[in-house]
Amino acid sequence: MTDLTELTLAEARDGLAGKEFTSSEITNAYLGAIDAANSALNAYVAIGHDKARTMAKASDEKLAKGQGGPLEGVPLGIKDLFATEGDHTQACSRILDDFHPPYESTVTANLWADGAVMLGKLNMDEFAMGSSNETSGYGPVKNPWRAEGATTDLVPGGSSGGSATAVAAGLCVAATATDTGGSIRQPAAFTGTVGIKPTYGRCSRWGVVAFASSLDQAGPVTRTVQDAAIMLKSMASLDLKDSTSADVPVPDFEAAVERGVKGLTIGIPKEYRMDGMSDEIESLWQDGIAMMKDAGAEIRDISLPHTKYALPAYYIVAPAEASSNLARYDGVRYGLRETGKDITDMYEKSRAAGFGDEVKRRIMIGTYVLSAGYYDAYYLRAQKVRTLIKRDFETAFDEGVDAILTPATPSAAFPIGDNERHVDPVAMYLNDIFTVTVNMAGLPGIAVPAGLNAQKLPLGLQLIGKPFDEETLFAAGRVIEKAAGRFTPERWW
Amino acid sequence: MSVDTDTVHRVAHLSRIALKEGEAERMTSELNAILGFVEQLSEVDVEGVEPMTSVRPMAMRLRDDEVTDGGKADDIVKNAPATEDHFFLVPKVVE
Repeated sequence: MTDLTELTLAEARDGLAGKEFTSSEITNAYLGAIDAANSALNAYVAIGHDKARTMAKASDEKLAKGQGGPLEGVPLGIKDLFATEGDHTQACSRILDDFHPPYESTVTANLWADGAVMLGKLNMDEFAMGSSNETSGYGPVKNPWRAEGATTDLVPGGSSGGSATAVAAGLCVAATATDTGGSIRQPAAFTGTVGIKPTYGRCSRWGVVAFASSLDQAGPVTRTVQDAAIMLKSMASLDLKDSTSADVPVPDFEAAVERGVKGLTIGIPKEYRMDGMSDEIESLWQDGIAMMKDAGAEIRDISLPHTKYALPAYYIVAPAEASSNLARYDGVRYGLRETGKDITDMYEKSRAAGFGDEVKRRIMIGTYVLSAGYYDAYYLRAQKVRTLIKRDFETAFDEGVDAILTPATPSAAFPIGDNERHVDPVAMYLNDIFTVTVNMAGLPGIAVPAGLNAQKLPLGLQLIGKPFDEETLFAAGRVIEKAAGRFTPERWW
Repeated sequence: MSVDTDTVHRVAHLSRIALKEGEAERMTSELNAILGFVEQLSEVDVEGVEPMTSVRPMAMRLRDDEVTDGGKADDIVKNAPATEDHFFLVPKVVE
């Protein structure tokens, strides 16, 4: 039998339903792989051996009777941002030390209702604020990819770095992740995996630790486009507990995967050709254009004139929302508490001890831009710019563009502890330059591995779709996957 | 616009984050780098543009005003660092 940890989600699902192996077998194979690899890669912050085995056993009883849901018996990794009842749920922050929610997030509840098995909780940047997984209170995650012939440890991207590494290194079949400015798509691009941020409102935010509520969306990281379609179908739902959850039908995404792009118009936005863009990214983008053309799509040059303002507007809107969302961590109702001489001193000391530097920076920026006298100049202006960014996309779609093709990231994965990005927070923020526009406009975006660079590190392309048209992204993403192939790291850990 | 160290101390207090010795100086330059970066928004003409308030046009869903959940006092205080009889304990706030 092939190594069970190498199967795609579709293969695992079909193998389980066809009784080729049991959920207990594949779950134990993954637990063994995690136990062997986690000290090197640091992808998991909590491994639930007992819970996983119990869930697998329950799935096996259903599968034996020919019953079970669409994900029956499939072992998944869950980002630490999702509340799972009674388990480690800390958004990888020390301020939530010892927090064990007495409730379950809607997205994970949907996955368990469909039969999936939980392996454990995945590492991430603290409160999803980061692009390298280095802001985690649990230490950085290592990318399973290394440059050819090198031993330098690379970041897996962030904030969903644990999800991306776990999927790429064979430590779960697929993983949940979240994306506020690129946190699914950038790690997917850095690890040769597929990641989709669906349309805002497609997945419920209930029970997902909040960062920036008007931007946060859950989605999957997977090994293939088909797997992403299967995962999203199970994760998405209308949820009355989230007032922004969309009341639109969830289509059978998997059925759209092989639909192709013949007759579709793919837009190529000239503003994404940034000054100083590397040749390897430019040539990857050209390869992607050729793949679309070869598959019968029409290529059209388009303009999204407000693109360059998306990242600065994001760094007002996201910290502003974060500063108010994170006000709840006060040392009173849950998590870490330091002693103070009065209540304010207790708040200030608890928050100083519990939050890391990046989180503190963003809370303070947010507090500043929302403070008296600055609201109009910063927050209100940024929200107006956001309208203009959204309008750019609407114009392109109204003129007949079906999806937009761009690079996913401005570079391949960079080393852990990279000096330039640590001295200058803005240099780190530039990682999200191609992805953040999509969150600002609420649109769906998928990152698909499209090639390797000269150092043999994976690079990804991004496709951006119309609201609630993830199906076209799966179809177009599959065209790239078919042409470029799949990419698996060579094992060194 | 840029901030000075006094402003950083004020914002830290508004954020309820205690700063360590020397932290305010480092934060001042980091916050100024970010504020310098977002400054480019001032060149955008936003005259007559409505601020974006939702990702897609939708009316807020309203539910019937009825009790749907509750009776979970144990759950609610379960994760608190200090409680007594279903109350959260905090340092004394009134003499």
